[in-house]
Amino acid sequence: MPRLIASLSLAAGLIASTGAWAVDISISCSALGKEYEICKQGVDSWAQRTGNTVKIVSTPNSATERLALYQQLLAAGAADIDVFQIDVVWTGILADHLTDLTAKAQGTIDDHLPAMVETSRVNGKLMAMPWFADAGLLYYRQDLLDKYKRPVPQTWADLTETARLIQEGERKEGRGDFWGYVWQGRAYEGLTTNALEWIASFGGGAIVDDKGEITIENPKAAEALKTAAGWVGTITPEGVLNYTEEESRGVFQAGNAAFMRNWPYAWALAQGADSTIKGKVGIAPLPKGDADGRHAGTLGGQLLAVSKYSKNTEAATDLVMTLTGPQEEKRRAVEGSFNPTIVSLYSDSDIARANPFIGDLVDVFTNAVARPATVTGQNYNKVSTEFFNAVHQVLSKRAEPAQALNRLDRDLKRIKRNGWQ
Amino acid sequence: MKALTRIGFWLLVIAIGLFAIFPFYYAIISSFRSGAELFSVAYLPERLSLSNYVAVFDRQPFGRNILNSIMVAGSVVAVSLGLGITAAYAFGRIAFRGRALLLMTILAVSMFPQVAVLSGMFELIRSFGLYNTLPGLILANLMLTLPFTIWVLTTFMRELPKEIEEAAFVDGATPWIVVRRVFLPLMAPAAVTTGLLAFIVSWNEFLFALTFTLTNERRTVPPAIALMTGSTAYELPWGTIMAASVIVTLPIIALVLVFQRKIVAGLTAGAVKG
Amino acid sequence: MSGAVAQTGVPVQSHVQGRRSSLTRSRIRAAWLFIAPSLIILALIAGWPLARTIWFSFTDADLNSLSDYEFIGFENYLANYDGEWLGLLTDPDWWHSVWNTVWFTLVSVSIETVLGIIVALILNAAFPGRGIMRAIILIPWAIPTVVSARMWNWMLHDQFGVINDMLLRLGLIAAPITWTANPDTALWTVVMVDVWKTTPFMALLILAALQMLPSDIYEAAKVDGVHPVRVFFRVTLPLIKPALLVAIIFRALDALRVFDLIYVLTSNAKDTASMSVYARQQLVDFQEVGLGSAASTLIFLIIALLTVMTLAAGRVRLGEDPR
Repeated sequence: MPRLIASLSLAAGLIASTGAWAVDISISCSALGKEYEICKQGVDSWAQRTGNTVKIVSTPNSATERLALYQQLLAAGAADIDVFQIDVVWTGILADHLTDLTAKAQGTIDDHLPAMVETSRVNGKLMAMPWFADAGLLYYRQDLLDKYKRPVPQTWADLTETARLIQEGERKEGRGDFWGYVWQGRAYEGLTTNALEWIASFGGGAIVDDKGEITIENPKAAEALKTAAGWVGTITPEGVLNYTEEESRGVFQAGNAAFMRNWPYAWALAQGADSTIKGKVGIAPLPKGDADGRHAGTLGGQLLAVSKYSKNTEAATDLVMTLTGPQEEKRRAVEGSFNPTIVSLYSDSDIARANPFIGDLVDVFTNAVARPATVTGQNYNKVSTEFFNAVHQVLSKRAEPAQALNRLDRDLKRIKRNGWQ
Repeated sequence: MKALTRIGFWLLVIAIGLFAIFPFYYAIISSFRSGAELFSVAYLPERLSLSNYVAVFDRQPFGRNILNSIMVAGSVVAVSLGLGITAAYAFGRIAFRGRALLLMTILAVSMFPQVAVLSGMFELIRSFGLYNTLPGLILANLMLTLPFTIWVLTTFMRELPKEIEEAAFVDGATPWIVVRRVFLPLMAPAAVTTGLLAFIVSWNEFLFALTFTLTNERRTVPPAIALMTGSTAYELPWGTIMAASVIVTLPIIALVLVFQRKIVAGLTAGAVKG
Repeated sequence: MSGAVAQTGVPVQSHVQGRRSSLTRSRIRAAWLFIAPSLIILALIAGWPLARTIWFSFTDADLNSLSDYEFIGFENYLANYDGEWLGLLTDPDWWHSVWNTVWFTLVSVSIETVLGIIVALILNAAFPGRGIMRAIILIPWAIPTVVSARMWNWMLHDQFGVINDMLLRLGLIAAPITWTANPDTALWTVVMVDVWKTTPFMALLILAALQMLPSDIYEAAKVDGVHPVRVFFRVTLPLIKPALLVAIIFRALDALRVFDLIYVLTSNAKDTASMSVYARQQLVDFQEVGLGSAASTLIFLIIALLTVMTLAAGRVRLGEDPR
């Protein structure tokens, strides 16, 4: 019913305005739920201001399915969706079908997080606008750290040690299903983000460097994988090899794990009214590889892009610029905890009030490690698939790190055979 | 001995019944739970909270989605059975050249992975102007149900004794009348079974439904369920999804309960005697 | 009657011999009329997509520029670059997925056939609550795969899944099993879920075949005091064989194209990928329309080969006359 009223009032607005220049725009932003509501409010206020109508198209929640649907539409040159919400690693894959926004964003793009802007560029051209940011975080149980008198771990070795200590202690107290550390180990894009964090934190690079050289076969990367493989079956349940975000959150939020690697979304849920661990959780940057390593969370997040096949490029671009502008990003941060991509918003007091840990996040985002999506372009999915399959082999103890990385290096070189693009 | 057989029989019935129904039962229990409760195991519902059921209809036109599914699946079954029975009569009862080859060709349609035909089908549907419409979906789903319907009905058709139609033809009936008056009643169990299976195939079809529709109002149930999210992109609203699954399974159960008499009714020995 | 005594149809034929030729002609005309609509629809909706896929398998098309491609012959299947053999036929991942698929099909379809017959025989017997039982049996088939695959994923979770909990409580296992994470158990788990989901399909088709059998055969056997098991193997099984074979073929066709179960339950790890998962990965994830089409065409050829072999082994003669 509210939807009907909204569309009626929109229709009325349309008739009231001159109507000559009012156009219909379709945007795909998230599926349903709260994310949909927030998107709808932003879109509607733009529609009211400009007199255009906007239709929100729901797309699947699963990233793979969403990408497949986009590709299907774009390959057919369909104008059914004007504005696409895309993942940070899709820019290279979809670039051929997107409108170049470089000129339009001239004045504003420098306000955004540099790492996010980098993911929006292809061959120097800006093909999308950063909308909100995400990065891997370490969730820990404050109450258990207090109980065992341990600090928040700074290196993976610390984490391994602390997790083992807590796990042994809790199990002695009869909690047989308690685990030290849970993360995402299923062979999918999520494993690429996890493994990249380990490798980058040890100083082992990001699979492919900025110049397109394959750098994955190095001793530091091998050491990182060896560390992670050592967790499986000791401080991490073997089942993690098929966990995505929700399965690991399930274990952590049921109070059965001391540490968890996850995205910022898990915070609000862990602190929710029905959560068994409400008020006992803290977040921190993911640990460093060793003393000379770095804190590395993989950069995630979403961008907005305009389809090349849109019949109303002007209006669609204007919508994108409004949605990624400071006012709208602030509203989304306050009402929906979407992490803004505009740097200055991280010191905004309204956002800080709604979202107390926002100040800590700016460092995480600034130091975040980006997946090699820009440089590998259309081959990114292949690179990522080879990578997470190799890592999965190591984690399930069917390959030694060095051996798996050597094979991965060979496979990646074969993919690169004629250059990345 | 007899009592023992009887006990064994019932044990088997119960075991099979439990295996079949337990996951559905678990879905019902889960549909009453929410939040962190879903990350623990329960064998009995703690309370009858309907909030998940409300949520299903709250933010999306789920009633509309169910209606779409019924219309698509219903039309697919009607067309498949209509075309299937006539084609099966021709394949099963009439000897003509090229019959084997044609049957194999029809079967070959079922040999391509769905994802491989998706892109071509997408172009086809768009060129017909059927993108984001129910007829487009009906057309696409026929590719999944028609070969199966024709084959199964042909097999059953062939099993019926030859004398049945000979008598009718001697009386001067046309093939069409023979199909309608003689075979249709005899084929009832096979037709109902095939129709039911085809209905479910179409009811559960996901990939076509997702790709060939764009707006929520045109979607069928499976993509609608796949589109459900929690408050953020990563969260899986498990309770709501389970509630939706329970809701969409109920019409099928009703359908089976209505049609199961037909499946049993079938042939009496006398009807076949030529 | 039908089947067992079908050969007695011969004398009837000689009776109508005189009117045969004109009748036959008109019947053949009717046959084509009856088949035409189905053929037209199938040619329309399946012809173009299938032909297009086969054509693309000989090109280097990619999803980003579908109209801009070159004909490259068999290079997607097999090609030699600087002395190195490349292409689908040399890809160990592809052959691994073929093996996974064939193994999965053999195991799951065998189990489903046996179980399907048992369930059909039960449902064919008269007992109180039979109607309810029919509905219960059909529930697994009725839940959309999108949901049931995820539901099983949840139930099979190693930490908070109900299956492990149940087995632990019953004392059948000592520690939780990682059903889908371990490549050794993952495919068996997929088989179990597939059996759960598709046995109803088998059972219902077999039940329909049982229902179409004339009951006088059983009465005769009963009077003669033949053991029920003997009746089943000697009388029932041969009579339902054609329907059983069709059910097996369609189930096998589905199993050979298995996608969503494996995709949801085991992710796209190479160890458990099926042929369709492989093809989809090439077509969609990697945008390699050419290579993906080649994989799809090979899937088609493999399935066609296996189908012909099954039909031959089952001695199904497609051109067979009605009995």
